[in-house]
Amino acid sequence: MINILEVNETNNMIEHENLDVRTITLGINLLDCCDTNLDALNEKIYRKITTVAKDLVSTGQAIERDFGIPIVNKRISVTPISLVGTSACKTPEDFVTLAKTLDRAAKEVGVNFIGGYSALVAKGMTKAEENLIRSIPKALAETDRVCSSVNVGSTKTGMNMDAIRLMGEIVKQAAEETKDADSLGCAKLVIFCNAPDDNPFMAGAFHGVTEADAIINVGVSGPGVVKTALESVRGANFEVLCETIKKTAFKITRVGQLVAQEASSRLGIPFGIIDLSLAPTPAVGDSVADILQEIGLERVGAPGTTAALALLNDQVKKGGVMASSYVGGLSGAFIPVSEDQGMIDSVLAGALTIEKLEAMTCVCSVGLDMIAVPGDTSAATISGIIADESAIGMINQKTTAVRIIPVIGKTVGETVEFGGLLGYAPIMPVNTFSCEAFVKREGRIPAPIHSFKN
Amino acid sequence: MSKAIITVVGKDTVGIIAKVCTYLAENQINILDISQTIVQGYFNMMMIVDVSKTEKTFGAIGGELEEIGDTLGVKVKCQREEIFTKMHRI
Repeated sequence: MINILEVNETNNMIEHENLDVRTITLGINLLDCCDTNLDALNEKIYRKITTVAKDLVSTGQAIERDFGIPIVNKRISVTPISLVGTSACKTPEDFVTLAKTLDRAAKEVGVNFIGGYSALVAKGMTKAEENLIRSIPKALAETDRVCSSVNVGSTKTGMNMDAIRLMGEIVKQAAEETKDADSLGCAKLVIFCNAPDDNPFMAGAFHGVTEADAIINVGVSGPGVVKTALESVRGANFEVLCETIKKTAFKITRVGQLVAQEASSRLGIPFGIIDLSLAPTPAVGDSVADILQEIGLERVGAPGTTAALALLNDQVKKGGVMASSYVGGLSGAFIPVSEDQGMIDSVLAGALTIEKLEAMTCVCSVGLDMIAVPGDTSAATISGIIADESAIGMINQKTTAVRIIPVIGKTVGETVEFGGLLGYAPIMPVNTFSCEAFVKREGRIPAPIHSFKN
Repeated sequence: MSKAIITVVGKDTVGIIAKVCTYLAENQINILDISQTIVQGYFNMMMIVDVSKTEKTFGAIGGELEEIGDTLGVKVKCQREEIFTKMHRI
């Protein structure tokens, strides 16, 4: 039987170390809403989301109460809207009406974000996909809860450089459209390489076409728990260090698995995957940077950072896969700058640069995330940054992503405040040498040699 | 059987166990196991209980136990057992 020490350990994690379930994300297929009439399409989308997700928030709250574990976010991901709107949307403005419908549905069911305003253009763009991409700046400026993502490359297909060039401009436009709110629109836009179909985390969540009609995916968190566990093994050798991270990751993931199964059975919707990520928040004691510093770095960005992160990421996965048979999504350590107090401090101390972050993305689960850069950064430079990240993902057969915010009217030395979970960020300097001639080339970068496995 | 874990943490005072147990008895909640320690004057108790016979909802029980805790100046939590067994048992 469970003993008092075990009970105290679990409740300490929840009460003092910020253990929580970061998100229950309900994936909803919208392909059956397709219609050639735009008004009918909007109506069908609204009806399907508000029907399938009507009990999501209340069920999440009931689970929180029964198990005494906070579930921070309840969210929805939908089929990439570029596919759903193909027949009805002839212009970018047509797509914006769908974004507004998603926003309205999200507000009706009470979720704080809805993801899937997306296009998958790893190899080529259809006219509808291009229209959706061109509508993104307006869609993000005119809605509150809609998140957008674009997949511009994959190990199997190579990189769509035409899409990457376009996305540089779109990021700039999204920043312009929301310049009164510190270019907040860009915080809701992710550009992926190797985007997973079942990621529950925003802003990059969408419900892939390989998925069932509706599915429950759960994202766990708990950097504070790992940090506290590591405090007890200061100075110990790597074997002890790795063992401690694995055991902790196992415990965290088991909670996620329990919540996922409960949500699945109460809602009558199949369970998809657990995303076993360490997702930080701006709250004190909820930081991935603090873990890296506990492993032995004075600041994140110091030499050794990439190795420490590689170790952390791998041990989290090894502990997590034992705890759940279905892991997926992004799974690993997140290193967003604005959402992690330790990262912010490292940038302010001059220890962490974009170039070091890029190196770190080679060994962790995502990419350059929530990075504020000067508002006068050119579209071509942003495309260059996206291309670099995509290349890392393509060559290393992993997901990489870019969520970068050129804050209009601000420059290095200033900070930008997004509020809530999105946090605040110091503006980071960007290498100002041009890559314009490279980005201007048309076409795509071919798939790497190791993609030919047939 | 439907098991739950009740924890009581706070400053030690007269009648904590009595009050909690009275409430459980009134609501047909059977106590299966009970253990307690006092660390530096702080009362720390855990009970494993069976809630399958009670007519109240789990949420209501949790809420009422919390209220009892408030009157005693201690923190009372009632959680389903699975969160602990899942985390600590393979």
